[in-house]
Amino acid sequence: MENIQNFQILWFVLIFILFTVYALLDGFDLGIAILLPFLGGTKEEKDTLIASIGPVWDGNEVWLITGGGALFAAFPHAYATAFSGFYLAMMLVLLALIFRAVSMEFRANDPARAGLWEKALIGGSALAALLFGVALGNVIYGVPLTGQMEYAGSFFTLLRPVPLLFGLTGLAAVCLQGACWAVMKTEGALQERSFKAVKKLLWINAITAVIYFLVLVVTFPRLSSNILFYVAVWLTYAGLIALYYSLGRKNDTAPFAESSLSFIGLFLAAGALQFPNLITASNNPQFSLTIYNSSTGLYTLQVMAVIALIGMPVVIGYTVFVYRLFKGKARTDNHY
Amino acid sequence: MDALLLARMQFAFTIGFHFLFPAMTLGTALIILISETLYLVKKDDTYRRITDFLARLLGLIFVVGAATGIVMEFSFGTNWSQYSRAVGDIFGPILAAEGVIAFFLESVFIGVLIFGRNRVSPIVYWVAALLVFIGGHLSAFWIVVANSWMQTPAGYEINAVGKIMLTSFSAAVFNPSTVARFLHTVLATWVVSAVMVCGIAGYYVRKGQHGETARTMLKLGIILFAITPLLQLGAAHGHAIQVINTQPVKAAAMEGHFHTTRGANIYVVGFVDEANEKTYGIYIPKGLSFLYNFDFNSEIKGLKEAPKENWPPVNLVFQSYHIMVALGMIFIALGLLGAWLLWTGKLYTAKWYLMGLPFLIPLPHLAHETGWITAEVGRQPWIIYGLMKTAAGASVVVSAGELIFSLLMFSAVYLLLFVIFVLLFVKIVKQGPATS
Repeated sequence: MENIQNFQILWFVLIFILFTVYALLDGFDLGIAILLPFLGGTKEEKDTLIASIGPVWDGNEVWLITGGGALFAAFPHAYATAFSGFYLAMMLVLLALIFRAVSMEFRANDPARAGLWEKALIGGSALAALLFGVALGNVIYGVPLTGQMEYAGSFFTLLRPVPLLFGLTGLAAVCLQGACWAVMKTEGALQERSFKAVKKLLWINAITAVIYFLVLVVTFPRLSSNILFYVAVWLTYAGLIALYYSLGRKNDTAPFAESSLSFIGLFLAAGALQFPNLITASNNPQFSLTIYNSSTGLYTLQVMAVIALIGMPVVIGYTVFVYRLFKGKARTDNHY
Repeated sequence: MDALLLARMQFAFTIGFHFLFPAMTLGTALIILISETLYLVKKDDTYRRITDFLARLLGLIFVVGAATGIVMEFSFGTNWSQYSRAVGDIFGPILAAEGVIAFFLESVFIGVLIFGRNRVSPIVYWVAALLVFIGGHLSAFWIVVANSWMQTPAGYEINAVGKIMLTSFSAAVFNPSTVARFLHTVLATWVVSAVMVCGIAGYYVRKGQHGETARTMLKLGIILFAITPLLQLGAAHGHAIQVINTQPVKAAAMEGHFHTTRGANIYVVGFVDEANEKTYGIYIPKGLSFLYNFDFNSEIKGLKEAPKENWPPVNLVFQSYHIMVALGMIFIALGLLGAWLLWTGKLYTAKWYLMGLPFLIPLPHLAHETGWITAEVGRQPWIIYGLMKTAAGASVVVSAGELIFSLLMFSAVYLLLFVIFVLLFVKIVKQGPATS
């Protein structure tokens, strides 16, 4: 049975990748929506910004759905404990995701209430981006668990300073993703404004990332001997520094890749810290949900590995194909 | 009110609402594929206008389906955590496969269908229509697999510590009810969209709007409306036989059949008196036995084969099932009537028929919702038929108060979504297909 450990580790890595790619891709959708009131001066500019994510956001959200499905399939106890334990927070996540999804379509078809749907889009996107970080912060920082793997805290347990810091760090990174996407997909005055937003967000991210990494290493001293933590810090700051120079050259495509790199660094630090835990127990380390005590059987993990290793390259292939179809500056000539 | 009942109400409400939208998505994707294929072959702009119009509707339908669908994926963890812990080995990979194999495909290419007309060649656009059709139907397949496994579990064993372990993925996927349920469900969605397109196009034709585009759309719709309910009759029959064979208690509840008998009756309409274990109504003598294997004296198991605590709410299952069947018969009749009018060249001037078509739009939804109630309420008190009770599957840490909050939240949000959806749907229909 020792070979089940290899599959448990493989699935930790695959789920980490699914959630990271989700954050990078849906990150720019959410970021564009959050920045809508700051970047979009006129209705036409707002239309352009929304058109830049219109054809791709729903595919991007499937990374979350598949990540959730993979968590259920590989580590059902972690899925069950977190989703039922964080019940009210999960309901808020759903509320946010519902409104951000329907509001773009409703806004396009319902001009009379376009302002209202814009508010729903902005609010839903900001709340979702914030809550994802808070949720990740909680499972890493630790929550009280029972010996039967059940959550023993309340809704307010989730709102402690360290998880909230994760939320704010994530929100800042998502906004930077959105601003860099806007720089790539827009032109003229709108692009100028987006460049300025990237510059501001670059400094905000530099600060939130410093605090994030410092809090992590102070709270969890074991990180200081983890090589991946240093790689993570290096990735984040390499991304941000490269972004600084791209801004100087007014390069409109590199910033998105550089912002993504810095976001990957944030995730890598979290993943390196968390392994092999899935949900850390704050009251008793024995109660933590790990990849070893929460997984499904070897056969299920193997079947899933086959599906993922055949299916995901195909998914990535046609996703790249469709992104290439819509590459270049966003157009509002049809539908939205 | 106790938490279990609230959790069940929430699941029934959220999935019942969600189901409205994928049901429209699948059939609409089929009609788009047909129309776009005809456009490619005949180079007639009429078909392009039909595709573009339906793609606009599909954009609205799909987004509400996707937004309410993510609630379902969360709900197994949030509300049914003990179930999730027990079946992660089997149910989890099925949901994950749905994401990897199906939902990615549908979601990525629906962007091309809605935004790509002026960006891609007609061939690439057609491929996108095909992939949205395939992705949507694969998605339905995996969801039906998940549901079927709860009805007729297979490909598993229970290990020494009482945990359900997967032993054969293919046996779990192709469990005894998967194929029958998939055909029945997909055909139901095709009927939904056939009737939807007939209702819209019939309205245009009667009002004299959109000329050739409206008539062509109506013709497409009527042909599908004539064919799909007939195909459904066959699929429904196959599914009913499978239920009698694999879930005899559910089958008995569907007909209010208490005692195992040879020559069992089939009811046209009726009422089940559960307390006195009697069923009243108009019935065809020995009809059920005959339909089962074309032998008037074949044996059909009754509810009494199982202890009463393992019966579902019999009258609810009976009534849901009979409403669905009655609607199915009505669709067959009205679809064939439409085909006859088309054949004799009277369709476009038969005002009385055209006037009725828009009012039919909700009825296939009523049929698939009652069919779904039959299947899921008929499964009770089991969450996994014969293996795990629904009461054992609920989350243990979610309180009744939290459930009241979430149920109120979903009620308010879904009511809003429904109202806005209907308003915008009607608005897009009134704008109609492009004129040039």
